[in-house]
Amino acid sequence: MLQIRCPYCHELRSEEEFAYGGEAHVRRPPHPPALTDREWGDYLHFRHNSRGAHREMWRHAAGCGRYFNVLRDTVSYAVLKVYPMGDEP
Amino acid sequence: MPANGQPRRLAAGGRIDRSKPLNFSFDGRAMQGFAGDTLASALLANGVDLVGRSFKHGRPRGLIGQGAEEPNAIVTLGEGAASVPNLRATQVELYEGLAAHSGAKRSLKTLAGACAGLMPAGFYYKTFMRPKRLWMFWERLLRRAAGLGAPPAGPDPDLYDKFNQHCDVLVVGGGPTGLVAALQAAGAGARVILADEQPEFGGSLLASTVEMNGAAAAQWVAETVAELRTFPAVQLLLRSTAFGYHDHNFVTILERRTDHLGLVAQPLAQGAASTVPAAPRQRLHRVRAKQTVLATGALERPLVFANNDVPGVMLASALSAYVNRYAVAPGERLLLCTTNDNGYRTALDWRRIGREVTAVVDSRPQPDGALAQQARAAGIEVIAGHGVIAAVGGKRVRGALVAPLRIAAGGPSDKKSAKEAQEPNGAAHWPVAGVELAGPPRRLDCDLIASSGGWSPTIHLSVQAGGKPVWSDAAAAFLPGEPRQQTRSAGAAAGAFGLRECLLQGAQAGAAAARLAGFGDGQVSLALPDCDAPAEAPQQALFLVPHTKPVSQAPPQFVDMQLDVTAADLELAAREGYQSVEHVKRYTALGFGTDQGKLSNVNGVAILAAALGRSIADTGVTMFRPAYTPVSFGAIAGRDVGGLFDPERHTPMHSWHEAREAVWEDVGRWKRPRHYPQPGEAMQDAVDRECLAVRRGVGLMDASTLGKIDIQGPDAALFLNRVYAGRFLQLGVGRCRYGLMLKEDGTIFDDGVTVRLGESRYLLHTTTGNAEAVFAWLERWRQTEWPELKVYLTSVTDHWATAAVAGPQAREVLRQVCADIDLSAQAFPFMSARQGQVAGRPARVFRISFSGELCFEVNVPAQHGQFLWDALLEAGEAFEIRPYGTEAMHVLRAEKGFIIVGQDTDGTQTPDDMGLGWAVRPSPKPQDASEAPAFGFIGDRSLSLADHQRPDRPQLVGLKTLAAEAVLPEGAQIVNEPGRPPVDMQGHVTSSYFSAALNRSIALAMLRNGRRRMGEIVHCPLADGRTLAAQVVSPVFYDPKGERQHV
Ligand SMILES: [Zn+2]
Repeated sequence: MLQIRCPYCHELRSEEEFAYGGEAHVRRPPHPPALTDREWGDYLHFRHNSRGAHREMWRHAAGCGRYFNVLRDTVSYAVLKVYPMGDEP
Repeated sequence: MPANGQPRRLAAGGRIDRSKPLNFSFDGRAMQGFAGDTLASALLANGVDLVGRSFKHGRPRGLIGQGAEEPNAIVTLGEGAASVPNLRATQVELYEGLAAHSGAKRSLKTLAGACAGLMPAGFYYKTFMRPKRLWMFWERLLRRAAGLGAPPAGPDPDLYDKFNQHCDVLVVGGGPTGLVAALQAAGAGARVILADEQPEFGGSLLASTVEMNGAAAAQWVAETVAELRTFPAVQLLLRSTAFGYHDHNFVTILERRTDHLGLVAQPLAQGAASTVPAAPRQRLHRVRAKQTVLATGALERPLVFANNDVPGVMLASALSAYVNRYAVAPGERLLLCTTNDNGYRTALDWRRIGREVTAVVDSRPQPDGALAQQARAAGIEVIAGHGVIAAVGGKRVRGALVAPLRIAAGGPSDKKSAKEAQEPNGAAHWPVAGVELAGPPRRLDCDLIASSGGWSPTIHLSVQAGGKPVWSDAAAAFLPGEPRQQTRSAGAAAGAFGLRECLLQGAQAGAAAARLAGFGDGQVSLALPDCDAPAEAPQQALFLVPHTKPVSQAPPQFVDMQLDVTAADLELAAREGYQSVEHVKRYTALGFGTDQGKLSNVNGVAILAAALGRSIADTGVTMFRPAYTPVSFGAIAGRDVGGLFDPERHTPMHSWHEAREAVWEDVGRWKRPRHYPQPGEAMQDAVDRECLAVRRGVGLMDASTLGKIDIQGPDAALFLNRVYAGRFLQLGVGRCRYGLMLKEDGTIFDDGVTVRLGESRYLLHTTTGNAEAVFAWLERWRQTEWPELKVYLTSVTDHWATAAVAGPQAREVLRQVCADIDLSAQAFPFMSARQGQVAGRPARVFRISFSGELCFEVNVPAQHGQFLWDALLEAGEAFEIRPYGTEAMHVLRAEKGFIIVGQDTDGTQTPDDMGLGWAVRPSPKPQDASEAPAFGFIGDRSLSLADHQRPDRPQLVGLKTLAAEAVLPEGAQIVNEPGRPPVDMQGHVTSSYFSAALNRSIALAMLRNGRRRMGEIVHCPLADGRTLAAQVVSPVFYDPKGERQHV
């Protein structure tokens, strides 16, 4: 069970309070109708499966309710960085 | 001693209390032991050799170990609800009245007779593939025999607690290493938890004759524990097994509080009827530690030889523990076989109590370490360069076959030699492969064989913490790998098998852990005790002792006693092409028992490596997973049982429903009335009556559970227009609109009606079960993709109580209690909303309908819910208003062809599949590159994906069975022609009811290309063999023009 510091609440809390939000920095294409089926399919279904540092979203579901980004090592599960939505790691 | 009926009890010594005799029974036989005994030591004291029968072959089995490693003596305590299965007799403390049962009658041998002899490696796979009949035969037997105990019958009468704990340094293991580590860390000022699975601290010292600071080791243990107790920030946990090491230094510890006192804790004194235990039986400590020290010790490894499972074959260290700690001598004449110096201690212990040592059989050619010299000086014969190749005996050892061994020089490959050269401490050692017999065997008489094949560090927690084990040829063991968490192993757990080295490592680990947690400078400040442990000569790596016959023909050489896996099974697996140790584990069941192969893992890997011609390092070891030893479900559940298992949500009108004896339906966490049966009424009768009330008169439903999200802000309309597939920019104030919420892949996620309450304020309704998911989904888009939108979302589901007044008389009823809203069809049309007073309370009234009838959904602040409900019932009395539940609601909506997301859809349907294309606006056309692209709605791009346009996609249709009274089961498959399988599946039934209004059954179904198949006859084969024929019809069965809701 992970421990995550919510960048808004500034508290180190247990994973039970958070909900996983999938890979971070996946930008929705600005104009989907202009994409081919294949290009749109890439956005829909393809994600990085990083070994090591991985950027992902979490939501402080049982806390402030806000989404934020986590840089996490997928091998050791160590949380390397926590940063607000809109920031870069 | 025979006076107390304990023929094998020594007259003196041990850590037992001879003044406190305890009565117990084993498989119905009454016996006596002493306080301080384990069930295992008491059984040995009473001369019990046979503690169980083997799983596959029904062979008699005796005690091998003395702790968590014991594979054979698996017992169940007690009977009925309070019984506890899967306990190791070696870890059960004796108490007065203890009643234990072995699994002796549950082996396959007893069940399947001689067939059990025909169960080689891969038996499960081979048998279960084909023919099918045989599989069913074995399945019946295996199900009866599976596991080594039976689950308790009935609810657990005991109480369990959970503790959430935090500390700076958690030390697992209270032997010499752990005690020193804890003391060093505590001295630095750290908050320390020290946990040990035994009833007292000391670990291996409890069974040792070693002296520390010139006195018995027990005295040093007592002094150290006393010193630890002087630190207020040190928590000492006894009878506490750290069984799981989870992410971010989260360790789960099971503390057994009352197990050693009896089966169920005494009920609270007051009131004889009370069955609530006075104290929790066990506690689950959920510890978050900044740093941990794993001082979990090591388990001795048995040597593998023929018939090594005959009762009377034990681990050398276990025998020493029984002699020294429990004052039991489980035999007369000992033959000790060893690969190392430490094993000699057991021969010396045996000699010290005046018993005969037939010989020490040492596989090394020239053992001359200090302990070997002591043994020779004591007159013990040492047979060097030999091994025990077989035990002789049936229900008890009568002798052993001993033969000279030739150890081939060099390894199987140059690669391996290169690895050996890199061994850090350069200790001399022998290769694993290349052991053969150098001469004929001879027989020696004995009634006890103790074996020591070296030590396997208890690396289970280290592996769970992410450390990949590293094979060391020098230690002849897997050592803890590089840790991935804030942890370190020390002492025997790290491959240090000498007491001095253990103490030093413990102190260093304690200091290092404390420093990293923010305490002290990381230097050892303790004065470590002197100890008389002599230096030990190098050991030899030996696992399987060869027999005169090849492995496949030799008598069974057991590797995993609990699951009867032999060396021949492992060789067979290798011959059949298995290479990965994980695959071999699953093929042979090696290490799959409740003991997780504590004694068998390394031997199994070594034998497999030899069979594959590889090194052990290249073969690797299987994963260790929690739990280290079995944990009762009760401890994991704690107090989260019964009413505390999961919270229930009640509407403001709940107690009224309860008083009306509503039958409940669980929807998410909500309790909703399913129907309100009258005395003597069957469910169908009640549902028919409730449906007809709505269709012909007026009904009242508690709709408070519907998810409600208040949406405000200048960009609220824009936001809604993006998350819904419909047109929401044009929705006027006071108007309602049905919306479909899609996922990005174009499938339906949720649906509901949104009301525009004001210029920049909306109320969005979600389905009851999806409210939280929808809220999180909307927040995700608002926060991550569109932070520029000025819009705010608030979940208001339980702020409001909602009563739906539905039926032709609904307007008349509402008129009785609402004067300030013009309820006429012209002033208050379908799909609009008004605010006013209902029953004198502030209310929002929505003209929306899920039944297809004239309907007003009246919302008042939750605290007025019951008042409103009562007022509406009173107002409706003259109109024979009837409450109706979710089942009637389902029938009514199905009659209208209204879908329920999650029942008629399963996350793969597009709006068009459900005939809801009308609720989707066209997506924006590709634009000129110079124009700023407009955002369509979530999922719009996916609707034109090729697969979503496929002509044979299942579509929502209605089905009318040809026999009008036959109700199709929901989930029934649809085929074109009745007949024998295989047949093409055309779709399935999603909703099915008997409709009182239509006096026939109706069903909704997903049918391939369904909308173009109106009028066709399809067939639904049922589980009972019958097939029901049905006609494909429109999903709207009732009032197809939708006139009734508009009146
Ligand atoms: Zn937060």
